[in-house]
Amino acid sequence: MVKKLLQKFYVGLIFFFLYAPIVVLIVFSFNNSKSRGHWDGFTLKWYLELLQDRQILMALYYTLAVAILSSLIATFLGVIAAIGIHNLNKLQRKIFLNLTYLPVVNPDIVTGISLMILFIFFSQFTNLKLGFLTLLLAHITFNVPYVILSVLPKLKQLNSNLYEAALDLGAPPFYALRKVILPEILPGVITGAILAFTLSLDDFVVSFFTTGSGVSNLSIAIYSMARRGINPKINALSTLMFIVVLLLLLLVNYRTSKENSAKENLI
Amino acid sequence: MKRNWLAYSYLGWMIVFTVVPLFLILYYSLTIQTGTGLRFTLEQYQRLYNPVYFKVLGLSIELALISTLICLLIGYPLAMILASKNLSKKNTLILLFVLPMWMNFLLRTYAWMTLLERNGLINTFIASLSLPKLHLMYNNTAVILGMVYNFLPFMVLPIYSVLTKIEPHIIEAAEDLGADNWIVFRRVLFPLSLPGVFSGITMVFLPAVTTFVISRLLGGGQFTLLGNLIEQQFLYVGDWNFGSAISIILMLLVLLGMSFTSRYEQEQKGGGLW
Repeated sequence: MVKKLLQKFYVGLIFFFLYAPIVVLIVFSFNNSKSRGHWDGFTLKWYLELLQDRQILMALYYTLAVAILSSLIATFLGVIAAIGIHNLNKLQRKIFLNLTYLPVVNPDIVTGISLMILFIFFSQFTNLKLGFLTLLLAHITFNVPYVILSVLPKLKQLNSNLYEAALDLGAPPFYALRKVILPEILPGVITGAILAFTLSLDDFVVSFFTTGSGVSNLSIAIYSMARRGINPKINALSTLMFIVVLLLLLLVNYRTSKENSAKENLI
Repeated sequence: MKRNWLAYSYLGWMIVFTVVPLFLILYYSLTIQTGTGLRFTLEQYQRLYNPVYFKVLGLSIELALISTLICLLIGYPLAMILASKNLSKKNTLILLFVLPMWMNFLLRTYAWMTLLERNGLINTFIASLSLPKLHLMYNNTAVILGMVYNFLPFMVLPIYSVLTKIEPHIIEAAEDLGADNWIVFRRVLFPLSLPGVFSGITMVFLPAVTTFVISRLLGGGQFTLLGNLIEQQFLYVGDWNFGSAISIILMLLVLLGMSFTSRYEQEQKGGGLW
């Protein structure tokens, strides 16, 4: 009994630690005064200012555009690469897997500056400039390994006869790939795509080094705002993002718990 | 059918965007720009052999180690409690626990700035008790706090996922054989959870030792870790050669850290997030 109470107290304490700063942000996003020291009445003006802030709206646009495009392209590349890697012999596969792990274990600041050097190196010979394209290329690069690492286990589980059976039944290779293999590995593909999307959405360090002037994602915009000093617009932004994430997670949780209970009912 | 060309097209991508960039860093770290062109030299690494940079390196490692230790001490009991709860409540708790992690990581660091700053909420509260204001930001403690806050889930989740997979029968067997709670924990539960612990240590230590954002925002300008040093060299000083040399050192440090813990890690990295 005492132990239970102690456990509850401990969990409560940690959740207080996790949520106190966020709650403060949310409460003060409605504060009429710019100072965080005292409460000066309820207002929505920071939200209005946020929605009129061109810099933040552009950053939001770039964040979403890069996240969607990079996760789609990385998923496409990753699935192709995973199928290729799966068919290699053992030694080759080991080399390829180590290569795939390289960007995963590499510190992201090193990934960021190494890509920056590469892009600037390229720009000597072509008219490539640091900006949207380099940002996108960088995001694809750090996303591809995660897609591959989520798809490979599914390929391992796959019955290798399935593909051959499809060929025997007269399916052309690409058709068999699309109609037989792809549906089987789809859960891994979706996991990889979602992982890539969230990683891209949250990335700061790599983006910070690989983008040029005029193109920044939300993280970069927040970083420069936070460095310049406190602005209640960030509180409003945090509140909105918190609500969006909360709703998304609740939705995902609701769906999975429904699936779980459906499974339990079947058994 | 041979589908090797699929793998090789990926190889091409990886060479251009991962291997070549790393070689470029290595190349820069080994060269120096002189009036007559490039010269190969170990000068950049010799420059690092300087008490100033030893201090930066030592501080980076020290702060990362302290944060990792605090995360472990706070996180392990939490993982145990989360793993022991009944299922329906457990899902909600886990959800609540990962929720902050899904918010932008800069926003979370910013949230602490609002609490700790000179006119922040904590100081306002202290002042209202007519006590002198405290310097809470721009010091080591603030940076450690920021690291623990940001990286705690990376410690808890791997330990949690290992703990939930431990067969309850094993613990029952130990109890039947006369072990009390403490012995069960020390001799059975903890050793079995070591893969999760090591994976948690890696996942907290590595981002902590390479971060430059937390130290920049909560540590202030006068305060430097390895990551800040690299950022400075590339963006403000413009000394790519020296910046590259520090990056190589940072990479080696991380690889060293990985080699200590990787043999304990499971195949499935970071399980439990999905």
